[in-house]
Amino acid sequence: MEWETVIGLEVHVQLATDTKLFSGSSTAYGAEPNTQASANDLAMPGTLPVPNEAAFRYAVMFGLAVNAEIAKRSVFERKNYFYPDLPKGYQTTQLAEPIVGPGYVDIELENGQAKRIRIHHAHLEEDAGKSLHEDFHGMTGIDLNRAGTPLIEVVTEPDMRNAEEAVAFAKKLHNIVTSLEICDGDMSQGSMRFDVNVSVRPKGQAELGTRTETKNLNSFRFMEEAIELEVERQIDVLESGGTIVQETRLYNGETKVARSMRTKEDSDDYRYFPCPDLLPVILDDEYIDTVRLQMPELPEARRARFIADYGLTEYDATQLTGERAMADYFEATVKACGEAKLAANWIMADLSAYLNKAELTIAQSQITPVQLGGLITRLADGTLSSKIAKQVFEAMTLGEGDADTIIEARGLKQVSDTGALEKMVDEVIANNSQQVENYRAADDSKRPKMLGFFVGQIMKASKGQANPQAVNDILKKKLEG
Amino acid sequence: MHDQTMAQLAQALQRGDFSSVELTRHYLDRIQRLDSTYNSFITVTETQALQQAAEADRRLAQGDAPALCGIPLAHKDLFCTDGVRTSCGSKMLDNFVPPYSATLVNNLQTAGAVMLGKTNMDEFAMGSSNETSYYGPVKNPWAVDCVPGGSSGGSAAAVAARLTPGATASDTGGSIRQPAALCGLTGLKPTYGRVSRWGMIAFASSLDQAGTLTRTAEDSALLLNTMASFDPKDSTSVDQPVEDYTAQLSQPLRGLKIGLPKEYFGPGLHPETAAAVDAAVKVYTDLGASVQEISLPHSHLAVPVYYVIGPAECSANLSRFDGVRYGYRCDDPADLMDLYQRSRSEGFGEEVKRRILVGTYALSAGFYDAYYSKAQKVRRLIQQDFIDAFKQVDVIMGPTSPSPAFALGAKSQDPVAMYLEDIYTIATNLAGLPALSVPCGLVDNKPVGLQIIGNYFAEARLLNVAHQFQQETDFHARTAPGID
Repeated sequence: MEWETVIGLEVHVQLATDTKLFSGSSTAYGAEPNTQASANDLAMPGTLPVPNEAAFRYAVMFGLAVNAEIAKRSVFERKNYFYPDLPKGYQTTQLAEPIVGPGYVDIELENGQAKRIRIHHAHLEEDAGKSLHEDFHGMTGIDLNRAGTPLIEVVTEPDMRNAEEAVAFAKKLHNIVTSLEICDGDMSQGSMRFDVNVSVRPKGQAELGTRTETKNLNSFRFMEEAIELEVERQIDVLESGGTIVQETRLYNGETKVARSMRTKEDSDDYRYFPCPDLLPVILDDEYIDTVRLQMPELPEARRARFIADYGLTEYDATQLTGERAMADYFEATVKACGEAKLAANWIMADLSAYLNKAELTIAQSQITPVQLGGLITRLADGTLSSKIAKQVFEAMTLGEGDADTIIEARGLKQVSDTGALEKMVDEVIANNSQQVENYRAADDSKRPKMLGFFVGQIMKASKGQANPQAVNDILKKKLEG
Repeated sequence: MHDQTMAQLAQALQRGDFSSVELTRHYLDRIQRLDSTYNSFITVTETQALQQAAEADRRLAQGDAPALCGIPLAHKDLFCTDGVRTSCGSKMLDNFVPPYSATLVNNLQTAGAVMLGKTNMDEFAMGSSNETSYYGPVKNPWAVDCVPGGSSGGSAAAVAARLTPGATASDTGGSIRQPAALCGLTGLKPTYGRVSRWGMIAFASSLDQAGTLTRTAEDSALLLNTMASFDPKDSTSVDQPVEDYTAQLSQPLRGLKIGLPKEYFGPGLHPETAAAVDAAVKVYTDLGASVQEISLPHSHLAVPVYYVIGPAECSANLSRFDGVRYGYRCDDPADLMDLYQRSRSEGFGEEVKRRILVGTYALSAGFYDAYYSKAQKVRRLIQQDFIDAFKQVDVIMGPTSPSPAFALGAKSQDPVAMYLEDIYTIATNLAGLPALSVPCGLVDNKPVGLQIIGNYFAEARLLNVAHQFQQETDFHARTAPGID
C-alpha cells in the first residue's frame, strides 16, 4: 500500500524581551541558577502577574508577518498541572482567545516549488523553569531563571506531507522570527522548540490517521530524523496489522532512538479557565498600525531587494535570504568589498562548505564579513589568484588574521612581474623541448589544451603565485612567436 | 485610651495628649492580658510596634504628620508583612516569613500607622466562623461561647475587645461584613479593585477585596483614605483617583433613595434581626430618606454560584502550596508524588481541602460547561440585577447576616449551614460592589448588622450613609459585656 504522511507542528518561540512575561526579572540566558527569579517567578504567596507590553508587541509583529488576523481581544487562561519547575502549579497561557488568529507561511521546496502552510493560531504563554537531575545526589535541582520567559506557541494546520516540508517550514519560521528580532533563534539554548504531530494514512484517504506527538525537538536535523523515524514506525505498525496509539513521544537526537512518554489515557486534565488575576488584553487598530510601521524587513522583501540592489540571480537571493544571519553576513561582506556577485559566490560555496564541515553556524564563523570582504578585495584587484585566495581563506579559518596579514606573512602575492614570469617560461620551454615541438606542430584546435600543460608547469614552479593570465600571454608569445 | 475611636485617638496624638509609644504600649498590654480569652492574634509584633511608634512620635513632634501617624493597627494574617510570619491561618504557612509587604500594608506603614500584630482568621479565609484556623477558634467578645464570624474573625474580635482601634481584613463572600455584624463593628468591603490585592494571599482572585474593621464609619473612612490606591502591580486594581472618604461624612441624607430587596427579607431571616433592620431603616426615613421595595431576582443563585467560582479559583490559587519552595513540607517524602500528596494533605485543613476538591471537580473536562461556565453566566445576571436596581435607588439595605453569633461548634460539621451565613453578602462580591455593615441592634444580647450596598466606587456615599446613622444611634459605641 502507498502511504501518505500528514504533519502538523507546534513551535515554541522564546521571545527576546528583556524581562519576563509577567515580572520584571531578566530573561538573559546562562545566569547562575535562580538569580533571575523574583518573588513573582517563585510564585510567592500574594504576588500577582503584571503583563509585559513588549511581549504583546512581538506577538503582534509575528502575527502580521504570517499574514494572520490579530485578535483585538485575547484572554490568558490557567493551565493547571503540578510540576516542580512550574511554581504556581499552573501555566499562564491562552486557549480560547489567542492573540494571533489564522494565517499562513509560504515555503519553497528543494525542487523550486512553493507551498502554503496554514497557521491555525499563535498564542502567548509563559515558559516553565528547569528541573536538573544531575549533580544533586539523587535529588532534583530547580532553576527558575527561565520560569515566566515569554513564548509564542505557533500551531500549524496539518499541511505538511513529509519531513522536507516540515523542515522548510521550520526554517522559514526561524527566518521570520529572527528577521523580526523577536527571537534570538538560538536553538541550542532552546529559543525555538518543535513538537511534531505525525500520522499516516493510505494515499487517497480523506480521513486522518491517528497521530502521535514527538515533543521538544531543538534542531532542524533532529526534527527531520524524528519525523522519518516515526513515519517508518507507524507504517511498520500498520502494515503488520497493528494500530497507532495516540501518544506523546520523545526523540533522543544523540542515540537516534524514540520512545513513548505517555498515552492519551494517562494524559492530564489541565482544567483551563480564564486567569482572574489578568484582564482580557484589548488591542486597538491604532496600536496594531503602530506596530506594523515598526516592522523590520521580512525575508521576502529582503530577497527582492537583493535582486534589485545587488543584481543577484533569483536563486542566489533566495539562498542568501534563507537565513537571517546569512543575509546579514552577505550585506556586511558587500559593504566591506563592494563586490556583490563575488561575495555571494564565496558565501554560498567556500564559507558554507567550511561552516558545514566545522559544524558551525554562520554566527560562529571564524571569518568575519569584513575579513571575507578583504579577501574578495584582493582577489578583485589582482593581488590574489583564485587558487591562492582559497589558501588565504583556509588560513583565515585557522584564525591567522585578515587577508593582507596572511598574504604578507606567507608571501602569497601573485607574481605578475613580466621579467620574472618570462624567466620561468624560458626555463619550462628549455626543459620540455619535445612538448614544445609537438605544440608547434599541432593545429589551432588542439593548442589550448596543450598550452595547459605549460601553464601547469609554471604554476607548479611558482607555487601557484604566477598570474595565470600573464603566464598565458607570455607562453603564447614565446611558443608561437 | 482604648475607649476612644481611631479618629479621636488620631486627634489626641496630633495634640500630644499622649504619645504613640504610650498608646501602643497600652494596646500591647491589653493584648497580653486579655487575648488568651479571645485568641484573636496569631502573632504580636511588640518590638517592631514600639519601634514604629517611636518613629511616629518623632514625625508627630515635627508636625504635619499624616492622620494615621502613630495609630496602632492589626493586620489580618493574609496580608504579607516583610519579615513577619504570615500564616493565612494555615499549618501550610506556619513557617512562612515573606520578604515583602502587601501594598496596603506599605501604604499604612508609610502613613506612620503602627502594626501591633497579625490577626487570626479562617484558614485561607475559607469559613464564616473562624473555626477553621490552624491556630484555634476565635471567641466572640460579646459571648465567648460564640463565634466571632469569619473569615476575618480575629480582626473583628480584636477590635470588639478593644485590643486595637482598628484592623485590616478581607472579604471574598462576606468575610468582613459578617464578623462586623456578629461583633458589633463597622465593616467595609470596598469596590473590587479599589484596594490593591498585591501581597494579599489569594483565596478567589475575582472576589477577594481588602477592607476595614473599625468601630465607626468615620474610622473606616480614615483607614480607606490610606489603604486605597491604584497599584500597577495588581492588574485588577482600578486606575481611579482616591477620594477623601471623610469629606462627605456629614452630608445630610434628605432625599436618599433606599431600596429594600424583597429577597433579603424572606424565610431564614431571624425575626428579631429583621426587626432590628426595620428599626434601622426607620432611622433613615426619619432623616428624610425614602424607601422602596426592589427585587434582585437572581439572589437565590448567589450562594451556589459562589461555591463554584470561589472553589474553582482557589483550586488553582492554592496549587503553589506544594511543599517545594516554601511552607509546609512533609517528612521524608518517598518521591515527588508523595511529597505533593502528603505536604498538601497534612498542610491543609478540612475546609480548604473540601473547596480545592469542589473547584477541581467544577473545572474538570466534561463538567466545566455545566459548572464553571454556567456559574459565570449567572454571575453576570446577578450583577445585572444590581445595575438595574441602582437605576432606581442610591443604596440597598438589608440584613448582613441571618442571625446573631451562633455557638462555637454549632455549624462546623454542617458546611451548607455555614455557607448560608453569607447568603446576603455573597452577591456583592460576585458583582464587585462596595458594601458595609453597621451595628443596628442586639438580639439575645448579641449584635446584629445592617448591610448597606452602594454602586461602584460609591464608598464615600456609603460611609456618609453609615456615619449619619451613627450620629443618631449608639449601637457602634456599645462595648461587649466584660470589656472595661
